[in-house]
Amino acid sequence: MSAGLPRKKDTIEIVRRGLKKRHAAARRFKFTGVAAVGMSLFFLSLLFVSIFSKGYSAFRQTYVHLDVSIDPEILGVGAHPDMNALANGDYGGLRKAALRTMFPEVKKRREKRALYQLVSSGADYQLRDAVMADPALIGTTLSLWVPADDDVDMLIKGHIRRELPEDDRRLKDYQIAWIDRLVAAGRIENRFNTILFTAGDSRDPEQAGILGALVGSLFTMLVTLSLSFPIGIAAAIYLEEFAPRNRWSDFIEVNINNLAAVPSIVFGLLGLVIFLTYFDLPRSAPLVGGLVLTLMTLPTIIIASRAALASVPPSIREAALGIGASPMQTLLFHVLPLALPGVLTGTIIGMARALGETAPLLMIGMVAFIVDIPTGIFDPSTVLPVQIYLWADSPERGFVERTSAAIMVLLIFLIVMNALAVILRKSFERRW
Amino acid sequence: MNKKAPGVLAPALALLIAGNAFAQSGRDYINIVGSSTVYPFATVVAEKFGKSTKFKTPKVEATGSGGGFKLFCAGVGMQHPDVSNSSRRIKQSEVDQCKKNGVDEIIEVKIGYDGIAIANSKKSKPVPLNLKDIFLALAKEVPNPKGGETLTENPYKTWKDVNPKLPDQPIEVLGPPPTSGTRDAFAELAMEGGCKTIGWIKALKKKDKKQYKKICHTVREDGAYIEAGENDNLIVQKLEANPNALGIFGFSFLDQNGDKVQASPINGVNPEFDSIADGQYPISRPLYFYLKKAHVKVIPGIKAFMAEFTSEKAWGDEGYLTDRGLIPMPKKERMRFQNDVKMLKALKDLS
Repeated sequence: MSAGLPRKKDTIEIVRRGLKKRHAAARRFKFTGVAAVGMSLFFLSLLFVSIFSKGYSAFRQTYVHLDVSIDPEILGVGAHPDMNALANGDYGGLRKAALRTMFPEVKKRREKRALYQLVSSGADYQLRDAVMADPALIGTTLSLWVPADDDVDMLIKGHIRRELPEDDRRLKDYQIAWIDRLVAAGRIENRFNTILFTAGDSRDPEQAGILGALVGSLFTMLVTLSLSFPIGIAAAIYLEEFAPRNRWSDFIEVNINNLAAVPSIVFGLLGLVIFLTYFDLPRSAPLVGGLVLTLMTLPTIIIASRAALASVPPSIREAALGIGASPMQTLLFHVLPLALPGVLTGTIIGMARALGETAPLLMIGMVAFIVDIPTGIFDPSTVLPVQIYLWADSPERGFVERTSAAIMVLLIFLIVMNALAVILRKSFERRW
Repeated sequence: MNKKAPGVLAPALALLIAGNAFAQSGRDYINIVGSSTVYPFATVVAEKFGKSTKFKTPKVEATGSGGGFKLFCAGVGMQHPDVSNSSRRIKQSEVDQCKKNGVDEIIEVKIGYDGIAIANSKKSKPVPLNLKDIFLALAKEVPNPKGGETLTENPYKTWKDVNPKLPDQPIEVLGPPPTSGTRDAFAELAMEGGCKTIGWIKALKKKDKKQYKKICHTVREDGAYIEAGENDNLIVQKLEANPNALGIFGFSFLDQNGDKVQASPINGVNPEFDSIADGQYPISRPLYFYLKKAHVKVIPGIKAFMAEFTSEKAWGDEGYLTDRGLIPMPKKERMRFQNDVKMLKALKDLS
């Protein structure tokens, strides 16, 4: 006893002496973690801030108020024109005439050309649609807001600085004077940019929209999901639950793991050879894009699903089999529902990766200029990341902000998908 | 298990059926591939055409000139493109490839010219260059500065070393990678143009063409020439950040970014609309597209599309393509190509 007491004291002493050091180590360890998280958050916010600060202005667009007198003579149609004649009318002439009446003092040819450039040529189609919807408008004066040209838009938004020397700007001094007069007359307004969400691609920034790419992405994802989800789960179930463990199953497993790490462009080349050359499927179609991305996401889904299946405790299987369920019943009614959260997470991670992919789509022709909005999986289409890439590569200044806006839309798409994954996982999750 | 098996097979079957159905049903839009330099012009015409006619908007893919011909020459039929854009003339080997696959009637249309600009940031002074300076600054091997007809590894570090009139700043040029058509044209027009000014190398052309080309076209790899990727916008941004650097990119990007960068005059000529059009500016190249005659009657709208592309309001002196930076051809040449398209006059031989 008498020998034990001091020894105990010694131990406490030793512990006390080391305590400070150990606490410091623990604090350091914790701090590294906080620093790592902080760093990631910092870079993430840097990304968001840079995209948002560049892109938020794209959600607004400058509009010009025009009073267009719909003169059948300029339009080149008779008093009772048929639809065909109306469709081919000279609406550009109407737009030009409207601008001339607003600025009657502009006489020189070069200046007239500069004047016509203030308003987007997309106004012509807007006029055409209005007249074709209501032919009674002919002979009257139509008052409407039309998108301004991208250079005007950039000036109003402050992306082109007016204090620069005239030669360095795309807008001449007299053009800026006209714009100022329009602003003073209340004929220029900054409105929500609906075109961005309702139009397909265009080479004029003020007419360009992401709907085409969004629909294309949706179709492509639909094809990918409807193929890779069932195939991936079926493969995972067989490999995890039924396949005998032998050299073959090992071989398959190694190959699946390898495929998960193969660069995506390789799948594009594979798709080019198999789907386009051999099956004769159409180039640039969401169907082929979806097929290629299916090949790419399958390994991810299989690996995640196998891990989810393996994590279901054996007691569940044994209990189900014990009360007389067949192996299939055990699997479908007990194991699979419990593994589902993991399976879904894997699927959505795979899909999110597929959504952001451009390289394999390059090979099958989805990196293309497509104006018409696709209506099915056979129509030529492009996808969101490709649209971002194409806009980033365009010389027109107006595409800089639209590129960032498209990135924001893609991010929202991704966030919605990931949120869905979290919700699904939460609603199916069970803990033991 | 049994439940899953048909689920796997059904999509595969559906795929086969769908594929066959498509191959038979045909295509109702024009399919265009090829050069990324022509892409900005072809897309504008395609969009106008799609919006103003009852035909669908043609699909335009930027595959690069070589990649475009590869697809274009793969055969006749719905799954092959109708038009291939190119920032250079078609090569004999490509014509032969086309012939081998049954594409024997091709219509060649020159659409105009494109200038290649060398520019730097507005924050510093413009650097007037001549072609010889460009060659000496950027070639991998240059004639020995001490004289004689021997080559030596490029010793020049600053522009002043190359030409005493130039500023004393390090040679730093951002340009496109070798896969780009712009790079090919730059090597051919600017580098070779400067290379030819050296007498004994020019004489070499007759004796040993291969060696001549190697000397004139090979760009130095010691860091003075920086491959900045295919994205010309990126080069403009990098120039803004680094006022000492020069960049190489297409005229349309210069046109759009006049507030950020300024062009270097080459041989005393600034890259401007008129100087490129009349050939004074030395680094400009013709742009083309090629049409497959066999498709004209099969795909709806090809003739109308060709008429739109070759109309004065598109490629004329004041056409909408010039707003995008295309340099128009002289009127006579335009008329000739317009006529070729109308008559569907096929390319006979490359001369």
